[in-house]
Amino acid sequence: MRAPRNPFRVRVRRLLPAPVSPGSPVAEARGLRVLRGRRPVLDRIALTAHAGEVLALVGPNGAGKSTLLAALAADLPADGGEIRIDGHPADGWSAAELALRRAVLPQSAALSFPFPVEDVVRMGRAPWAGTERAEEDDPAVAAAMAATEVTGFAARPFSALSGGERARVALARVLAQRAPLLLLDEPTAALDLRHQELVLRICRERAAAGDAVVVVLHDLGLAAAYADRAAVLHDGRIAVAGPPAEVFTGELLGEVYRQPVEVFPHPRTGAPLVMPTRET
Amino acid sequence: MTATSPERTRAGAAAAPEGPRAPKPRRSSSFALTAGLLAALLVCCLLSAGLGAYHISLGDVLASVQHRLGLGGAALDRVGESVLWNVRLPRVVLALLVGASLGCAGALMQGVFGNPLAEPGVIGISSGAAVGAVASIALGLNFLGNWTVTVCAFAAGLATVLLVYALSRSGGRTEVVTLILTGIAVNAFAGALIGLFIFFADNAQISQITFWQLGSLAQATWSKVLAVLPCAVLGLLVAPFHARRLDLLALGERPARHLGVDVERLRVVLVLVVALLTAAAVAVAGIISFVGLLVPHLLRMANGPGHRFLVPGSALGGALVLVVGDLAARTVAAPAELPLGVLTAFFGSPFFFWLLRRTRRKQGGWA
Repeated sequence: MRAPRNPFRVRVRRLLPAPVSPGSPVAEARGLRVLRGRRPVLDRIALTAHAGEVLALVGPNGAGKSTLLAALAADLPADGGEIRIDGHPADGWSAAELALRRAVLPQSAALSFPFPVEDVVRMGRAPWAGTERAEEDDPAVAAAMAATEVTGFAARPFSALSGGERARVALARVLAQRAPLLLLDEPTAALDLRHQELVLRICRERAAAGDAVVVVLHDLGLAAAYADRAAVLHDGRIAVAGPPAEVFTGELLGEVYRQPVEVFPHPRTGAPLVMPTRET
Repeated sequence: MTATSPERTRAGAAAAPEGPRAPKPRRSSSFALTAGLLAALLVCCLLSAGLGAYHISLGDVLASVQHRLGLGGAALDRVGESVLWNVRLPRVVLALLVGASLGCAGALMQGVFGNPLAEPGVIGISSGAAVGAVASIALGLNFLGNWTVTVCAFAAGLATVLLVYALSRSGGRTEVVTLILTGIAVNAFAGALIGLFIFFADNAQISQITFWQLGSLAQATWSKVLAVLPCAVLGLLVAPFHARRLDLLALGERPARHLGVDVERLRVVLVLVVALLTAAAVAVAGIISFVGLLVPHLLRMANGPGHRFLVPGSALGGALVLVVGDLAARTVAAPAELPLGVLTAFFGSPFFFWLLRRTRRKQGGWA
């Protein structure tokens, strides 16, 4: 039996995203420049996120990682150059159309009212309301909660959770949105070892399923192990971008972070490990 | 990677039995609450129409209403008919409109500010609207006939909402302390303006203003009902369309935008709606505080913070509170009549204290 349709729901015509083939560009920054006051916080950024890849943004504090992510999310207007999402300039999309094309995990998860966890995850389905894909709502919510291991406290209010649990609920909401572009701002910051690995595995799975995943990371080891490509930001520019094994060199990282580091291959997997140079 | 697969299946298996249980209990409890509120509202309206110095039995009230609607029934005698239709019913309808407006405005403001303490009375919107109303009485304005007071209250209320909004927000958030302090400042300033108008008003106007300020529905007439009806109905009709977006706004402005909400537009529309509703309430009944705070809080405790129930539910709850409050105001100390605003503040303030203590115990306050 069909549930009665909510009479207060406004039905809007939206252009649904077409499926993208692996390797095609999902989001692009072309000669991007973003000013804060008069100071450029991002300058001459050229970066493309492709379908099917995990792209890590790394760099020291204040290098512009979060700003770049916000620009890719079309939160910030470009002061020069342009951002393209799904093949069109980002400012040409309406908020509702953008919501079908990219999902964003903010650095900190806040909530004004004590909604239960499941309702928070279900908010991620809001962009699809009134479209044919609204039928996926229940499975998408259940799958996102299972993947982030929050099903166990689905009925608890969000305000009663610990920081790490909140971060996972926020991630579940973003996953439930099922957008072809995932922009995650430090998804591992509040998490323990096990859940850090879990989150990055989820990123890999989404990429394998054909999504583009852009993730800001502080842990270079995680970036090296899970990202297809890494972009190292330095003072608002991309110092270098490419596969972690190629771009994570002791010389470059030492200069960018102003801290001598040693890079050596993992004895079993061969993935680069990055350690600060310590005397003892 | 292969080492992870048992974990995945375990998580999946644990999720499976809980999956389909999703939102059903919540929905049925919203339905039960709505039905309960509607039933209570109907009973209280009928009681309020019958009780008072001139007693009309429930059967007679129903018969007379049926008669007027052309559904059979019978008219009362001349006095009864006049009391019911010219005194009691306009008053009940006015209480419904004012209460629904206050409850709904409270729920909307809390959603827009993302702050459970926002309420037209607490943060000064009501006093702002009151300045407009007092000004129109004291200056003897009459440019729009019956609607003059309402329109002045709306204009002043709108200016106040915008002012409070601009003053209390920074970086897309409203700190509780800033909001309350802004409210104190706005209330003080509005109080000063009202004082000035009273100072320059003549005796007849002063008594009119004073009585109106206490918050009372005693002078209800159909023309007063008509004066606030457009404001209240428009506001009440528009509000529920934005409930889902208000839910998303609880995540913050940027996350709401990421989920497709046009935040700027939503804010403008809802601020206008709040101003409309507050003006409707203030123009006829003066400043009635705490209804917009108390009702949404109680409903949130009963049924969670989802705005799809909360916004219309708060309108129903507010209407119920005011109908009961007005019935109490005119019957408790009969033949004298208590001012309604005094009564709601009398019972609302202790509730506020309780809320303060409870929140402090549970989450260490509203920082």
